[in-house]
Amino acid sequence: MSAAPESMAATPAPVKGRSLWVDAWNVLRRNRAAMVAGALIFTMAVLVVVGPWLSPWDYAQTDWDNVSIGPDWESRHYFGTDALGRDLFVRTLHGGRISLLIGVVATLVSLLIGISWGATAGYLGGRVDHVMMRIVDILYAMPFMFFVILLMVFFGRNILLIFVAIGAINWLDMARIVRGQTLSLKHKEFIEAAEAQGVASFNIIRRHIVPNLLGVVVVYVTLTIPQVILVESFLSFLGLGVQEPMTSWGALVNEGAQEMGTAPWMLVFPATFLALTLFCFNFVGDGLRDALDPKDR
Amino acid sequence: MIRYALSRFLGAIPTLLILVALAFFMIRAAPGGPFDSEKALPPEIEANLRAAYHLDEPLVQQFGRYLLNLARGDFGPSFQYKDYSVTELIAAGFPVSLRLGGSAMILALLLGVTAGTMAALRQNSRTDHAVMAVSMTGISIPNFVMAPLLILLFAVTLGWLPAGGIGDGSPRYLVLPVISLALPQIAYISRLTRGSMIEVLRSNFIRTARAQGLPERTIILRHALKPALLPVVSYLGPASAAVITGSVVIEQIFGVPGLGRYFVQGALNRDYTLVMGVVVFYGALIILFNLLVDLVYAWLDPKVKYA
Amino acid sequence: MLRAVFLYALAALLVLLAGCTDAGPAGREAAGNAPIGGPSGTELAERQVLHRGNGAEPQSLDPHKSEGVPESNLQRDLYEGLTIDDPELGVVPGAAESWEISPDGTVYTFRMRANGRWSNGDPVTAHDFAYGLRRSVDPATLSNYSIMLRPILNAEKVIAGELPPEALGVRAIDDLTLEVTLEAPTPYFLGVLNHSASYPVHRGTVEKYGDRWARPDRLVSNGAYRLKDWVMQSHIVLERNPYYWDNENTTIEEVWFYPIENQSIELQRYRADALDMTYELPFRQLAWLRENLADDIRISEYLGIYYFGLNVTRPPFQDNVALRRALNLAIDRELLTRQVTNAGEIPAYGYVPAAAYYEQVVPEWADWTQEERLAEARRLYEEAGYSPDEPLTVQILYNTHENHRTIAVAIASMWQDALGIETELVNQEWKVYLETRRTKQDTQVFRAGWIGDYNDAYNFLEILHSESGLNDPGWNNPRYDALLEAASREIDLERRAQLMHQAEQLVLEELPVIPVYFYVTKRLVKPWVGNYRPHVLDHVQTKDLKILKH
Repeated sequence: MSAAPESMAATPAPVKGRSLWVDAWNVLRRNRAAMVAGALIFTMAVLVVVGPWLSPWDYAQTDWDNVSIGPDWESRHYFGTDALGRDLFVRTLHGGRISLLIGVVATLVSLLIGISWGATAGYLGGRVDHVMMRIVDILYAMPFMFFVILLMVFFGRNILLIFVAIGAINWLDMARIVRGQTLSLKHKEFIEAAEAQGVASFNIIRRHIVPNLLGVVVVYVTLTIPQVILVESFLSFLGLGVQEPMTSWGALVNEGAQEMGTAPWMLVFPATFLALTLFCFNFVGDGLRDALDPKDR
Repeated sequence: MIRYALSRFLGAIPTLLILVALAFFMIRAAPGGPFDSEKALPPEIEANLRAAYHLDEPLVQQFGRYLLNLARGDFGPSFQYKDYSVTELIAAGFPVSLRLGGSAMILALLLGVTAGTMAALRQNSRTDHAVMAVSMTGISIPNFVMAPLLILLFAVTLGWLPAGGIGDGSPRYLVLPVISLALPQIAYISRLTRGSMIEVLRSNFIRTARAQGLPERTIILRHALKPALLPVVSYLGPASAAVITGSVVIEQIFGVPGLGRYFVQGALNRDYTLVMGVVVFYGALIILFNLLVDLVYAWLDPKVKYA
Repeated sequence: MLRAVFLYALAALLVLLAGCTDAGPAGREAAGNAPIGGPSGTELAERQVLHRGNGAEPQSLDPHKSEGVPESNLQRDLYEGLTIDDPELGVVPGAAESWEISPDGTVYTFRMRANGRWSNGDPVTAHDFAYGLRRSVDPATLSNYSIMLRPILNAEKVIAGELPPEALGVRAIDDLTLEVTLEAPTPYFLGVLNHSASYPVHRGTVEKYGDRWARPDRLVSNGAYRLKDWVMQSHIVLERNPYYWDNENTTIEEVWFYPIENQSIELQRYRADALDMTYELPFRQLAWLRENLADDIRISEYLGIYYFGLNVTRPPFQDNVALRRALNLAIDRELLTRQVTNAGEIPAYGYVPAAAYYEQVVPEWADWTQEERLAEARRLYEEAGYSPDEPLTVQILYNTHENHRTIAVAIASMWQDALGIETELVNQEWKVYLETRRTKQDTQVFRAGWIGDYNDAYNFLEILHSESGLNDPGWNNPRYDALLEAASREIDLERRAQLMHQAEQLVLEELPVIPVYFYVTKRLVKPWVGNYRPHVLDHVQTKDLKILKH
């Protein structure tokens, strides 16, 4: 960030950006659903971080005296226990940490790849652009979910692998969006000015193109995180999610779904958390899109 | 138009080749082999088995053999299901998957577009909020939760519909699987339709049409629906991929004998040929589908010129 | 135009849903108020059709090319070996009506049934069995279970390709007389003869269709049922074989086998009356089942041991018997079987389950209280060089499965509580797990299980022979090997049992494996399924069952 003052001096972009953000904030503030959803996400994030300390139980601890019981305040199993006597309250929150972490990190991975790819292709243009986008087209047609499943089956249920695998399938959209935006930005005056001053291509991409893409990116991120959480839960259904005794919402919901007729609390609590989170992210995403992209709607 | 279609079609061939190569080498890199079992095989028998399936040849030669056979439409013998060839398994499973996935797709389009249009016409009304709330729920609840819930309600408790399997092939057996598979897609499509319909309804040519006093019905069906469907059409490519992946879950829960079940089974059993068969077949299908979607899009959208 | 598209789409949906067949729903008669089986309790239902859950999709219906339990359930209905293993009577005549055993126990002469028929009407002869046994061991058949026939003279050499299949010690003296010569007296040999590796196959059919004969319209079998239909991943239908020699005592006309791997899904289908018998039941839902379906739960002994193997070729378990004993004692098997597995599994203190002609070994500590065991475990743990301050860190490997996960978590938690051991759980998918186990490089503790192929203790003990391909703990004890070899040559059943007893005692002293519990068969059976008899190897043959009026 040491380069920030220079770029401020060189272009009017940040000033323009700030006013865009102020406008967007004003629109967003009036969207009550999105604001409530945003507050809920924040609460959820705080809860999954501090919540486990509110219970005397540990997420991997077995309470042999209370196996598979419903919510019970006396033994301080607020959400009940699973078939191994593990506290569901702590596990739900712990699972939330993992799910949110996977959602955020995998989205960042796809963001990183998508932005660099798209911005480079769009800015450089010509043959490079053609080849790069052709690669995206080819990859677009791959049944990626199948490859992710194969990866997880063959190379173990490493949490790192989940990040990379999910991130790697999501970057294609980002690359396309970013390229489109870059193409339209490319001919704006401030870029041409920077080019005239002889700033290197890489620096132009980094300093001018990428910051101006932020609007699109923010919307994309809020809409991708819930998708990633869903993909993780899909992998959990196939038994390919995170490793025991760790857990995730997907894994908990899958376990709960197996026993919904007999131990409904095992499904209800994690499923509510999962659905609520996805719900909120989608609301915030929609709200942000309305706010940041006045043309849409 | 035909030339455009042809060039796009030829362009798909390298994509397909990359797909085959990627899948082939990835599967072979996996630890564990098709003949591992708890009771270790005598080495002689294992050697015989490897020779019978050409697994003793160099990998590149095996790949070449695979491509040659593939070109003839032969996916090879299944390692796991010894009484059948992969081609036979695909031929048996695909019609079932197609029936399931196709029904789900059409149902999603019919319901999604209708609900989305209705919501857009009465923006911010109660209908709108109801449609959007239902669709949000559809997006937020994984189908492996929705499916057992439906079974519990409609099969176990009420006894109206079968709990799974295909029985004698009567449509009753497909109702619950199709609904479970279609729900998330209904949700996405109705959201998309609503968004684009609202935008179209605000555009100048609709205002002109209204000003001319055309009936609302005509305006919607004749003028607004076609442009409003563009984003839905471009979503069909990803949607078909999503339906195919979703059917892996749905087929497993409902015991529907489609292709999706072979995929996970095949991967777990290291049934190389079967996994390859399913990946290549589905991959080709998705590629083909994307192609069709592009063509439909080109036909619907007057702005697209075929270069 | 768009309206037309809409209508087309609607029509297409209807066509897709309707499919090609349009038969009515396969409804079953609704349960009336009458008692099951009518007033007498034995009255039969009009429709004699049985629906059975059957675990996984079978690999093959060729008896020489399959190994799993789902396959053998189907094949037991389709084919008939020389003997049958009856739940109450033990080994009884099957396709052979009688046999004689030479005094030295190495030559078996079987008399075939004169009225034995294949499902196409051809007579079942001694030549068919000779052909079947030879085909089974022929390396060209690519059988993965031919090793079962190892007791027969020259079988191992034929399997290894050193001798031609004709050299196998099997001879059809005439159409109805079959002579089998063994390498050494093998008391359990008659039990091997109802295993699928020893089933006959119809020569004409196999030769006509090659690898692809085991399919509907082609498969010819000699059992009580024949193959009617096979829809992969959906169901297999068998119908009564009218030529079967005992056809008049068969009641059920048709049996449907469904491959359903997930037990919760299977339970839902059972509750919706789409199944009469399940393959298994979800043990996490047992409490609920006991409350709601108590009469349908059938739990019975199963000849199998669930154990944890210890890799004794590497630290920390190499040459550290004290540590192995400490881990063994720290497992509270009573708690585990009561609270976790919960279906009446039997805590295993010894290694061999209750097999025929064998008294189980019960080690001394089996009578101790858990406190006494823990005290001894702590002492041994310290003797082994560990303490709560310097705890052992150990890895438990298991193959991905709900039940194994649950048990591994429970045992890790017991070790943690009792000794402060830190455990890391590693689950690997089946094929990877097998490879990891076999290479003995990275494994420390691994979950394992063994189900008897035939009802004999030897089947369990031979796993730990130093040259066994299944000896994944890597245990090597020359005395153990010598005892087993002596047992395999012994004709006298009592002496043989003693030798095996001594061998098992060695296992329990050195503990290359930690026994956890003995398996039980657990499934749900509808009250109208008559004559369901539990079997220690879970051989439940459809021909013995009947559907009562309901």
